[in-house]
Amino acid sequence: MESLLNVQNLVTSFRTADGKLPAVRGVSFSVQEGETLCIVGESGCGKSITTLSVMGLLPDNGEISEGSITFQGEELTHKKEEEMRKHRGNDISMIFQEPMTALNPVFTVGYQMMEPLHLHTKLNKKEKKSRAVELLTQVGLSDAEKVLKKYPHELSGGMRQRVMIAIALACNPSLLIADEPTTALDVTIQAQILDLIDDLKRDLGMGVVMVTHDMGVVAEVADRVMVMYAGHVVETGTVEEIFENPKHPYTKGLLASVPNVDDEEHSLEAIPGSLPNLNEKISGCRFHPRCPFATEKCKEEDPPRFQISNQHQSKCWLHEEATTNESRHEAYS
Amino acid sequence: MVGLIMKRFLQLLLLLVGISFLVFMSMHLAPGDPATIIGGPTATESDLQAIRTDLGLDKPVLVQYFDYIRGVVQGDLGFSFQNNQSVSEAITSRFPQTLNLAIASMIVAIVIGVPAGIISAIKQNSWFDVSSTTVALAGISIPNFWLGAMLILIFSVELQWLPVGGLSAPFWTIEGMKQLILPAITLGTASAAMIARMSRSAMLEVIRADYIRTARAKGVKRNTVVWVHALRNAMIPVITVIGLNFGFLLGGTIITEQVFAINGVGRLMIDAIAARDFPVVQGTVLLVATLFVVVNLLVDIIYAFVDPRISYD
Ligand SMILES: Nc1ncnc2c1ncn2[C@@H]1O[C@H](COP(=O)(O)OP(=O)(O)OP(=O)(O)O)[C@@H](O)[C@H]1O
Ligand code: SF4
Ligand SMILES: [Mg+2]
Repeated sequence: MESLLNVQNLVTSFRTADGKLPAVRGVSFSVQEGETLCIVGESGCGKSITTLSVMGLLPDNGEISEGSITFQGEELTHKKEEEMRKHRGNDISMIFQEPMTALNPVFTVGYQMMEPLHLHTKLNKKEKKSRAVELLTQVGLSDAEKVLKKYPHELSGGMRQRVMIAIALACNPSLLIADEPTTALDVTIQAQILDLIDDLKRDLGMGVVMVTHDMGVVAEVADRVMVMYAGHVVETGTVEEIFENPKHPYTKGLLASVPNVDDEEHSLEAIPGSLPNLNEKISGCRFHPRCPFATEKCKEEDPPRFQISNQHQSKCWLHEEATTNESRHEAYS
Repeated sequence: MVGLIMKRFLQLLLLLVGISFLVFMSMHLAPGDPATIIGGPTATESDLQAIRTDLGLDKPVLVQYFDYIRGVVQGDLGFSFQNNQSVSEAITSRFPQTLNLAIASMIVAIVIGVPAGIISAIKQNSWFDVSSTTVALAGISIPNFWLGAMLILIFSVELQWLPVGGLSAPFWTIEGMKQLILPAITLGTASAAMIARMSRSAMLEVIRADYIRTARAKGVKRNTVVWVHALRNAMIPVITVIGLNFGFLLGGTIITEQVFAINGVGRLMIDAIAARDFPVVQGTVLLVATLFVVVNLLVDIIYAFVDPRISYD
């Protein structure tokens, strides 16, 4: 079956004062219809840049230097701005982290909601309005008619994020990308918003890419998980595989740093050290300076992805005994 | 909104009282006696005394001030010492020229300043940006009278495209517009530069805002993102600068009217100061102060239009 979204060997680089530096270093993943893929990793590992590459919304100094991104079989990487624009907010939508600043303060909610409808559909004014009301109701905002007339500053953070979701859903996207949609919200609202996205995914059969650095969120919504470190995918697997049988030392570290309510002694055992800068040259496995299991080989050679099971891969020499990605693929094809 | 207007009105009253007092006192305490100017070189001491009595200048200064204020409250700005014309009449006949000049200059400043600043920002570090920021810096530093003189030299004397001065024809006629172009550019340049700088920096900030990324993620066209989503936000600080510049322009009309021989309020004021024509000086200063407050009020109202977060209730 053809994937909804298929990213192969994506390399995204930035032109900086230190030259051209890759922030995403050969990332591959796919998302199926009705599936939620969570991308996790520390701040700065390249999660947002990966998703912005898909949207074609990279910062001015960024560019996709290698790889391919196909959406419903259509190659996106070489699309002209105008063609990409027609996908955005239409069949590919994105919601962002900061509900407080993500809506334009000088336009009404109604104006901002109708905009994608105006751009991507042929609905007339009345139809657009009733669609907007329908959407707001769908995301759990009662009194939708009134909300349409309000300005963002008149709404709470949770309400604004619901509005953002409603905007993203306006044209029935097949793919929804959510970049830390709940990080800025308090815990109760966070749970409501995650439930909402989950319900909508099921009802509308969307594929969802959810970026987060919160393992709790992953446990709640993910079907599959992709762990990133310093621009690489270090481990992917189903949510069960990642939580019950994590392979990569970095994934284990991430899971260990989840606050543990039952055992305070072991809560927040963060991974020692910090993420390397983009311009830092690291030989071999990019995680080796922080890895408790690093060997001489790790310092010299970058590990390939080893296949643990059908969906489970780990980019670590410790799993060399498992078949490599490539040979596994051969076995399947 | 009503509250705001009331507030501004009270402000205006206080301002007018304060300013009129200051101007009154400084005129009366400054050297130079209107009587000697009116009487001319041949006037005897008793002639001068008669003139002073006639104009009320022999009374104590404070009494004169209160007499004046009593008149103003009743809508009487007094009479010119020089020709007995009523001050209100003198101002009404000159004011249209000044207002035309100020508004035309403001239009020049906005029409050049805002787009230049915005384009600079969206094409940051391009040749357009570099040259427009350089020109803006020059525009702020060049003195008005020099710029005016240069423009006259080039466009009126050398090329003979435009008249040397005067502002007699109404502004809606071709002739009137021709007369208005050079003075408006002269007076508007510095403001255009200031507005361009503010538009550029405001736009640079706004274009990085999260809601701009949201707009692009919705599939909004690039031009719409800039000229609708970003512009309206970037205009908020620019409106303040435009308001401040209107005051600055009113001040600038004094010099520009001299350079271009325009019979406006600025010239009226300069002539009145030279002739120690106290009532006329007072009247023109009060007019300028009032305009200042009115413009401030307009700015506040426009603010509330552009930025829904501002409310004056
Ligand atoms: N415009 C840019 N120019 C240069 N480097 C950039 C730029 N934008 C991002 N980066 C770098 O790219 C790397 C990946 O950034 P990215 O925003 O994808 O991180 P992230 O995983 O989303 O982190 P967070 O959890 O903080 O959102 C970071 O090291 C960041 O410093
Ligand atoms: S390859 Fe080596 S350094 Fe890298 S994660 Fe595995 S054990 Fe650690
Ligand atoms: Mg991010």
